[in-house]
Formats: sequence, structure tokens, C-alpha cells
Amino acid sequence: MIPRHLFIAISVLLLAVLGMSFYAWRMRGRAAAGPAVSLDSRPVGPPVAGNTEQVTLFVAYDDSGVLLAQSARIPLPSVRQQRAEELLRSLLALYLDKASPHPLPQGSDVRSVYLVDPGLAVIDINAAFADGHRSGVLSEELTVASLIETLSANLPGILRVKILVEGKQRDTLAGHADLSGFFDVSAVNQLSTQLESSQ
Amino acid sequence: MRSNRTGSFEHSTGGQSIRRWRSGGAAVSAALLFVGLLPSAAAPEKHLAVYSTAANYSLPIVQRQGHEYIGLLELLDPLGTVSAKSDPPHWRIHYNNILGEFTIGHTHARVQGRDADLAGKFLMENGRGFVPLASLGSLLPRFLGGPATLHQESGRLFIGNIATHFTASVPPEDPSHLVFRFTAPVNPSVATEPGKLRMTFSREPVTAPASPTLTFGSKTIPEATYSESNSSAQITVNTTIPLIASFSHDGRTITLAPVKSENAAATTGTPVTGPATPPASAPVQTPTGSAAPVPQNSAAAQPPAPRPSSSAARRYFAVVDASHGGNDRGEALSSTLAEKDVTVAFARRLRQELENRGISTLVLRDSDATVSIDDRAFYANTTHAAVYVALHAASNGHGVRLYTALLPHSGEDDRGPFHSWTTAQSSSIPLSQAAAASVAAELKNHQVAVRTLTAPLRPLNNVVTAAIAVEVAPAGSDVSQLMSPDYQQLVAVAVANGIADMRAQLGAAP
Repeated sequence: MIPRHLFIAISVLLLAVLGMSFYAWRMRGRAAAGPAVSLDSRPVGPPVAGNTEQVTLFVAYDDSGVLLAQSARIPLPSVRQQRAEELLRSLLALYLDKASPHPLPQGSDVRSVYLVDPGLAVIDINAAFADGHRSGVLSEELTVASLIETLSANLPGILRVKILVEGKQRDTLAGHADLSGFFDVSAVNQLSTQLESSQ
Repeated sequence: MRSNRTGSFEHSTGGQSIRRWRSGGAAVSAALLFVGLLPSAAAPEKHLAVYSTAANYSLPIVQRQGHEYIGLLELLDPLGTVSAKSDPPHWRIHYNNILGEFTIGHTHARVQGRDADLAGKFLMENGRGFVPLASLGSLLPRFLGGPATLHQESGRLFIGNIATHFTASVPPEDPSHLVFRFTAPVNPSVATEPGKLRMTFSREPVTAPASPTLTFGSKTIPEATYSESNSSAQITVNTTIPLIASFSHDGRTITLAPVKSENAAATTGTPVTGPATPPASAPVQTPTGSAAPVPQNSAAAQPPAPRPSSSAARRYFAVVDASHGGNDRGEALSSTLAEKDVTVAFARRLRQELENRGISTLVLRDSDATVSIDDRAFYANTTHAAVYVALHAASNGHGVRLYTALLPHSGEDDRGPFHSWTTAQSSSIPLSQAAAASVAAELKNHQVAVRTLTAPLRPLNNVVTAAIAVEVAPAGSDVSQLMSPDYQQLVAVAVANGIADMRAQLGAAP
């Protein structure tokens, strides 16, 4: 025979367990049915004020599958790291434009660029950039080459580049371009030469 | 091999009421099991044929909850040292030194501490662990450290690079003959019926050619079809004349030839069984019991196949890798077409074209299996093939893009015989570029637009032999063209020609 007080305690505990289970089940269902986390759609254009400088952007063109250097004047800060970030954001502004030659997903952004001596640049892009990027060998390598060439052409001394996504290493950009290693800038320069022509 | 199938079933028993519930539950379970077994008893028992280098064997497939299940211990037992321990709801299995942990009702397991998706619930009956058949393609590589390819519909499982491929051709000098060449000895049962000759491979890991229907342009032997069912593979040859099969090359070649007139009437309507161990040029028993004459026309039965100049020791000269697969769909080429489906279809076609040129070829992914990038490089390197070809498909651009490795910056150097994993390709780059140039030239000859580039594309940089990637885009704007047999054939022929042209150079590489 189970003592009365033990019976009551077990009953109360069972009720509590059932209640918590029901509550957790409801919360889980509500979370699943709720709206997806909206993408970060902050503007990524460079600041419009300040002195402008002549820079070279390496722009990808999907229709012909080429990477072409083009000059632009953009306002740039004096600090090297901020210059790197603004350079890439100017490039991304082109890709996020309605008439983009190489569309990137809305909300794509460069979170930070870290310049580490000797000659290492770490580009940290956001999840929206990588998660929504078009898949394909050429499409992905155009993006990678565009970022690296734009950075190395305007900031001398960069020899290696690492690309992170949300601060973490990722195997590929969108299933093809390998992001697990360090890009050798001289090798990407050669790739850039190959990508100048669609032949 | 030793196995321990006696699991422990130690339950901590509670009070009497719990025991009563248990006995009642057991009765209900037994009743449910009995009811569940009723329909399966009526239906023919389905089996899984397992092909491996260690053993070929067959296991019963059980139906539970509308899904097909297989006993994991029984499956692994012939392959190594296995032991299992049951501690409900948990079940642990040791295969060699690898531990797998399963829980009843869970759709995930842990193998060597890593999560593995089971594609269904894990079941346990009488201490025996059952996993969904569909999970084997992804689960077994965790235990075995190698690929496992499941043909679920037909109940065939290929462990490792065990598949036997074949080509079929009608010798131009004698269009009444049909010659099948297999990459390993085969011993099918042969049956004839009016207008057909059927070869059934129940013991051999024969796999599909590039296209299930092979056409030969011969009036007497217009076509052959490949199919799989009931744990076996079948090749059905349509013919307008009675045919008879003869074996040669230790069972690696089967030649179908017209039956001489006196035997023609006897070769229809009755099954014929091939020899248990087909010797070279062995005759096949006819229904009348007399030995049919073996075609002595060696030119017809054994047309000379071109051979690599210095690669006789290689088991496979080329490794063709259908990129993506399983959970990795690759690019969504359209709302209904995934890159992984295009690459595997193209890989089969390319294998056929390469083997038609006498180039032994291994397709790394011949089904919708998930194969990791590291595993792809591992298999490409351990087969010691002369060339590795990764296949991709894309919706943007036109024609074909050929890639060689864009090596990453590596802080590691090769140490003696050991190569840095990330730059293993470095010494083979010139050969890879030469192979890409050869393929590009052939594609141009076939009026296919082609570009040659480098790319940061794994596993090209991890492969120690010549390695290229072929990314096929539609010739025009219609993405569905990627699945067009004509377009795939055009590209496959050009790629195969390009590799065949490089055969001597590739074969000379260490």
C-alpha cells in the first residue's frame, strides 16, 4: 500500500510533468509555425560623404562568365582595415543593384575584413551572402575572385586570403568553391587573367 | 571472423503491477507481431543481395511499419568481427573497432561519436537490431570506411568498388554476333524464348550501363536492355534469330552468335544454364543437352581491345566522379532537375564511352548516395587510376567548362613520400592541364563551346593523379538539354576521345 502523502506527491509531480510537456509541445509548434527569421537587409553602400578616391573593382559578369577590372571613385576612410571593408561593400553594392551583372542575394554583406601581418586578409561575409548564393563552379569562383582581386589590387601586400562565413570556416561558398583553405593571391591573379576572356 | 550474437537483456524489474503491465504488453506485442506477420507470410520474401570483396551473400528483408528493414548484425557479420549488446532501449554494435549506438524508435544513431541519419526509426526484436534499408547507403560507409551503394528497388547492395561493368558491341565485320565484355568473370543463367535471350546475374555485382537500353544498329540484334529486380540483374537481348551464348576470357566475355540451323529449333522456349565455372571459350548447354558449337571466329568473338601502353597493372585507368548526391543536390538547375541527377547520368554515359575505347573506368557514385569530398579523393587515390574526372552541371553559361585545380596556399610541404593533403595535386598539375587541353580540343572538334580554367574546387587539389573537372552547361538556353541523351552523348564522346588521345601520356605517369 502506497502511503497517502507519497501518492499525492507523485500525482502532483506527474501533473507537473504533463503540464510542462504540453507547454513545451505548444511552444515548439508555435516556433515552427512562426515567420522565418528575416534576412539582414541593411544597406551595404559606402558612406556618401568624404573624399573620394580612384579604385579598381573587379566585377563579375554572369552572362559572359568574365571578370573585368573597372575604375570607380568611392569615398574611403584612412584606416587600412576600414578601407578594405568599404572597398568590398562598394563591390557588393554593384552586385545588389537591380541591374547587377552578377546578382547576389538580398542582405549580402561583408561583416568585417581583418588584415593580419604578414600579408593575410580575412574576409568575413554574412550568412545571407553564402546561404543564398547561386550554386555552380563558375558562378562561385567569379564571386571569390572578384572579392580577392578587388582587395589585393587596392591594398598592396596581401598575399593570402581566407574567407569566413559569420566568423566561422565553411567548406564551400554554395556547394562548389572551396573556402576551407587560404587563397594564394598570386594563383587568384592567374585565375583572374583566365577570367578576362570568355574563350 | 567471430561474432557475438548473444546480447544481454538485463531489465531492472519494478513492482508487481509493472510486471503485470509488462506481461499484458508482451501479449499485445505478440498479437500485433502476429497480425503484422500475416500479410508478409503471404507475400514472397524479399532478399537483399550483398556484394563485397569479402563475400557475396543474401539476407532477408523484413517489412515493419510499412518500411523495409534489415538486421544490421547479420549484414556486418560476414564482413568483419562483430558483436552486439542489447540494453533496451539502447543497442550497441561493435564492428571491428567501430562502435555504433542505436536507440529504439530514434531516427538517428551515433557511429564513432558522430550522428548518422537512419531515414526511419531503429527497431529491435529479440535483441536483434533492425535499421531501415534506405539508411544503408549512408550508414554503412561509417562502419566500413568505404562506399556502399544501395539499389533499393531491386534489393542489391554493393560494398566498396565491387561493381562489374560491361560493354556490348556488334563487331562491324560480323553484325550477326553480339559481344559482351565484363570487367570481372560472370556466370549468368541463360534463358531463351522466341525473340529474346535473357541472361540473369544473381551472384555477380553487374551494374547498369550508361543507358538501360543499348542499340546496335543490327537487323538481327537490334537492341538489349538492362534491368534489375529480385536481387539480380538481367540483360535481355532482342533478336530476330535464335542465339546461343559462349563464354571466353575466363568468363569475362560472352559472345552471342546465331545458332546453326540444326540446333535452331531447340533453342527456343526453354531456360538454359551457363557453366558453373566457364572456362575459356566454353560451350553452353543447349536444351537438347548437346554442346553448341563455339564460334571459332576469333575476330568476331574477341575483337582486339586497345590497351593502355604502360598501365596493365591498373585495375581502373579512369575514375569518373558524379559530383554531389544524396543530401547534397548541387545546383537546382530547374524546379525539377538537380545537378546530382545530371552528373550521375552523365557519368554512366561517360563510363560507357571510355570502356568502348578500352579504358577501364570506375564511377565513384553510381546511385543517389552521399559521398564526402574526402572520400572521393581517397578512392581516386587508392585506386591508382591514371586520370580522375569530376562531373558537374550548371544552368548558367553555355557549353562545357574544364577545370584544373587552383591550389590553395599551403604552409605544409611534402615530406618524403608523404604529400600535403591540400596540395597533393601539385606535382600532377602539368599532366592535368595537358588532359584538359586534350579534352578541350576534342570538344571544339565536336563544335561544343569550351573554356579551360583553374578553380578552387575540391577534391581536385587532393588527388595525386591527373585530375580535371567537367562542368556541363546547356548549349542553348534550355536547361532541360542537360538531360538530353543526344547532348550528353555528344559531350561524353568528346571527353572520352580527349582522354583516349592522352592514354599513353596518362598511363606513363607513376
